[in-house]
Amino acid sequence: MTTLPAATERKLGLVIDLDTCVGCHACAVACKEWNTQGYGVPLSDQDPYGAEPSGTWLNRVHSYEVRPQSGPAQIVHFPRSCLHCEDAPCVTVCPTGASYKRVEDGIVLVDETRCMGCGICAWACPYGARELDEAAGVMKKCTLCVDRIYNENLPEEDRVPACVRTCPAGARHFGDLSDPDSDVSRLVAERGGFDLMPEMETRPVNKYLPPRPKDRPMPELAELAEPAPGGLLGWLDRALERLAP
Amino acid sequence: MQRIDPSPRVSDEIRRTTCYMCACRCGINVHLRETAHGPKVSYIEGNRDHPVNRGVLCAKGSAGIMQVNSPARLRAPLRRTGPRGSGEFEEISWEEALETAVSWLAPIRQTDPKKLAFFTGRDQSQSFTGWWAQQYGTPNFAAHGGFCSVNMAAAGIATMGGAFWEFGAPDWDRTKYFMIFGVAEDHDSNPIKMGLARLKARGARVVAVNPVRTGYNAIADEWLGITPGTDGLFVLALIHELLRAGQIDLRYLIDYTNAPALVIDEPGAADHGMLMRGGDGALLMAERSSGRILGIDDGAIPALDGEFEVEGRHCRPVFGLMAARYLADEYAPEAVAERCGIPAGTIRRIAAELAHVAFNESIEIDRPWTDWRGRRHEKMIGRPVSLHAMRGISAHSNGFQTCRALHLLQILLGSVETPGGFRFKPPYPKPLSAHPKPHAHAVPGEPLAGPHLGFPRGPEDLLLDEDGAPLRIDKAFSWEAPLAAHGMMHMVIANAASGDPYPIDTLFLYMANMAWNSSMNTAGTMEMLAAMDEDGNYRIPRIIYSDAYASEMVAYADLVLPDTTYLERFDCISLLDRPISEADAAADAIRWPVITPDREVRGFQSVLLDLGARLGLPGMADADGKPVYAGYADYIQRHERRPGIGPLAGFRGNGDRTGRGAPNPDQIARYIENGGFFVAHIPEEAQFFKPWNAAYQDWAVEMGFYDTPQPYRFDLWLESMAAFQRAAEGHGERQPPEALRPRILQAFDPLPVWYPPTSSDPQEFPLHAITQRPAAMYHSWGTQNAWLRQIHGENPLYVPGEICDRHGLEDGDWAWVISEHARIRVPVRRMEAVNAATLWTWNAIGKRAGAWALDADAPEARRGFLLNHLIPELLPEQPDGQRWSNSDPVTGQAAWYDLRVRIEKAQPASRTEPAFAPQKSPVPPAPHELAFGKEWTE
Repeated sequence: MTTLPAATERKLGLVIDLDTCVGCHACAVACKEWNTQGYGVPLSDQDPYGAEPSGTWLNRVHSYEVRPQSGPAQIVHFPRSCLHCEDAPCVTVCPTGASYKRVEDGIVLVDETRCMGCGICAWACPYGARELDEAAGVMKKCTLCVDRIYNENLPEEDRVPACVRTCPAGARHFGDLSDPDSDVSRLVAERGGFDLMPEMETRPVNKYLPPRPKDRPMPELAELAEPAPGGLLGWLDRALERLAP
Repeated sequence: MQRIDPSPRVSDEIRRTTCYMCACRCGINVHLRETAHGPKVSYIEGNRDHPVNRGVLCAKGSAGIMQVNSPARLRAPLRRTGPRGSGEFEEISWEEALETAVSWLAPIRQTDPKKLAFFTGRDQSQSFTGWWAQQYGTPNFAAHGGFCSVNMAAAGIATMGGAFWEFGAPDWDRTKYFMIFGVAEDHDSNPIKMGLARLKARGARVVAVNPVRTGYNAIADEWLGITPGTDGLFVLALIHELLRAGQIDLRYLIDYTNAPALVIDEPGAADHGMLMRGGDGALLMAERSSGRILGIDDGAIPALDGEFEVEGRHCRPVFGLMAARYLADEYAPEAVAERCGIPAGTIRRIAAELAHVAFNESIEIDRPWTDWRGRRHEKMIGRPVSLHAMRGISAHSNGFQTCRALHLLQILLGSVETPGGFRFKPPYPKPLSAHPKPHAHAVPGEPLAGPHLGFPRGPEDLLLDEDGAPLRIDKAFSWEAPLAAHGMMHMVIANAASGDPYPIDTLFLYMANMAWNSSMNTAGTMEMLAAMDEDGNYRIPRIIYSDAYASEMVAYADLVLPDTTYLERFDCISLLDRPISEADAAADAIRWPVITPDREVRGFQSVLLDLGARLGLPGMADADGKPVYAGYADYIQRHERRPGIGPLAGFRGNGDRTGRGAPNPDQIARYIENGGFFVAHIPEEAQFFKPWNAAYQDWAVEMGFYDTPQPYRFDLWLESMAAFQRAAEGHGERQPPEALRPRILQAFDPLPVWYPPTSSDPQEFPLHAITQRPAAMYHSWGTQNAWLRQIHGENPLYVPGEICDRHGLEDGDWAWVISEHARIRVPVRRMEAVNAATLWTWNAIGKRAGAWALDADAPEARRGFLLNHLIPELLPEQPDGQRWSNSDPVTGQAAWYDLRVRIEKAQPASRTEPAFAPQKSPVPPAPHELAFGKEWTE
């Protein structure tokens, strides 16, 4: 079994805004595109043009229908990837030490040279955030684009995970959640960011921002709906009078 | 221990070009890495400097790698060897392919050029392909607009000189209340997502009007699950409320619209509905204080209501007619609520919210400007309400008037071209009067006298022969579709197969999957493409098709000209065509071959130039018969549409001229150096009130959008519509067929009007059925994409919960969906966030077995389906035996969303119906596993 660090120097992670996510899958594909040619073995695809296409993805987007107590049904789009938990069960169950959490930034990674593809970590992860690559027999997961965020070959503004860089709706934010003054920590504080399934006691670093309330009218504007005194013609007369020089 | 390199080399080179994974035209950085076989695309990301996407990229764009490596890519020109539709081909050389095409096209050009029907699909080079067709001399050219969103484009141009998307956009930085109507997840893709994010960050309110609450509609603050086809009714009820409450911008209407203009009100007369004009042609109005008749721009306060006698004609101001129309009880919220599926109280509340934001939260920018009358304005006053609408409201038989109604709503609030409102993108605004009329008189061996597409001003501009028969194969600009400004591609195959209005010889298509998802009545269309006469000859004798991929349509071609992928070609996103401008700037862009094709394929535009030269077309072959252009790139740089005006506006002359200037042989190099695009910013004082702003008008002339300033008023009253109505009443020489008179009278109302969409009997077919566009798939193109098809590999029919309960349907069940035209068997999924009478599914996921290099048992073929099978291209027979196109009676826009159906539970099944025999694939089998990037990873 593998141990977790007692503490990490930083807690790098994502803040995902469920209020603006339109469920477009841009993050999922950009992630696959970057990571298939980046860290570790490629993200392979089986039967890619056949009857049962499947493949390895580090980030998937799900859409759920929600029925509030009043008002019409809603749809919430929910991107799902590794949450880089502080108490990451996927690390502690790893029999080879392949799964580990970095002390310097809190990123949970798989050392592919040590991974034997047993898949126990994927079972342990309550979020379903790990996928065993069928071609390589190696466990794959979100690396927070560890090969982007410190990459001196990239312009500084691009040193963010591929999903964050590409998100057209600005629904994904990256930063240090251990720093209360970071943009991401502020967003979490302002918008009531929450832990996914806190009852699992995994203490995820990633946070989700809740959808804002929907289908509520603007504050009372009843007077604007009142008919103009004297009808439209009466109104017109007064309005034109005001325009006269 | 795995070594982690925090700073790996990202790529060997970045080449910046333009995406083509949908119609959005985002800027992309294409990363290349060396391999044993030469440079290869390793990664594609958004270009941060690009005006369209500013660095972001959607799922389709990021999956571009799978498109350029698709196993469905065609490899060489093909000649059909089996029966049409079988997919049996032999590969031939380009020389043979081009000479074959010339041997078909040259004789008909000399004898009867209309025997060529040349239609392009999602073509981004229409100003070029249209020019080619014009030089060839056939009247039969159009692109896909007729089956896409011509109602939106035509109604916008006719009402206010431009519409949404390429023509204009909300003022994302300032708008406070944004309504989207009928917008699915594309059209336009990234800018709307980025815009919504900006609105959300500012706390602006977003209201979505759509039968289905997916995508953008899901994140809106409020969703109105409207019944399909009733958006116009809903909008006119909002107008009713705004007029009733006096919540309109009167000053704006007086200054910038034809609201004060006098309309001849003489029912029965030939000039009824026409606008009164003075000797100088200017519109006339009545001065409120004196009743004097003055020019509309004389600066007096006009009477907006009342009745006047002018030169013996009884007249009323446009405003008065409009108010009388919309204040009528038929447009009251209570009267429309049930049909729209939106409670009356909600309609009233939305009207109040619009009024509140427009007038109580108006914006003032301290930026003086001068109007075309020379009047200086100290501030720019904005009404921060904006609308966006797209295909959902457009693709109905009442779509033109619905789009007009939407624009009328924006105009009454005074929001168009003001801060916070809807803003035009250069070269728009451009009034209808600045658009050409359509041309169709073909002369053997000669070019057409003018462009194919345009705007008829009245019956005299219709494209009819001496006997009143349509001049065009698609019957665009005939009485059946007088304002068919984008043509009617959806009618071409049906008309050509039945020889109505005349038989053709060669059907030449580009990038349009007409044998599948781009046609109504798909099964019937496939039959028509393969139909033979009694002698065993194909009814459409020859079919040439150009596509980059093994689409369903390829199998029906006699000759296939394989196109390149989007990273292997030159293209030009031109201001002459569908530009990528922003509200503050004109912009255009190129594509260029960032990789070299490894197959015998050629960019279609270069092939067309080659064919043009071989055919000796003017402008493409010189006096000696030699090609004028070496290829499309050469054309892009050297072609001049008018002196100094070419396909690209940037880096003209010596590279220092913008808009107008001599051709520059280094122009494409300069574009490449600049990131693949060019931006020309509008001066600050010219950025709003563009149709009336002297500084903008001067800038537009300088840029070459027009040669003289073109200030104009918005047409609340559309006079040309009245001209068609008068013809329908019997006035004038050109008369419509008897049977069409009633619908012309109804649909050509000079004021926006709502009438029910053409539909089957609502008792027998009580439900609506529509498609939505998924964000991660663009029509049929995405299906061959190994990554995207893992997201959308099949499409269930989403059924409202109540309907499921009524029919005992549960997730995983199968159902028959039945229209007046056909029946399909589909898998069912329950859904609540949808209009209660509407069934829906994702567009164009279903595939014909054997196409797109997919296995014959791909889920797209087994569990995917098209609604197209249910939609006829012709409406049921009229009493006189005629069958009209299933289209808007004004523009000919395909009325996809008029579809009505009923649903029945089916026995458990394993595949969707109808199913078709697999096509033989013209490309080798696809690989069974992918590990993209293996070359570069350990």
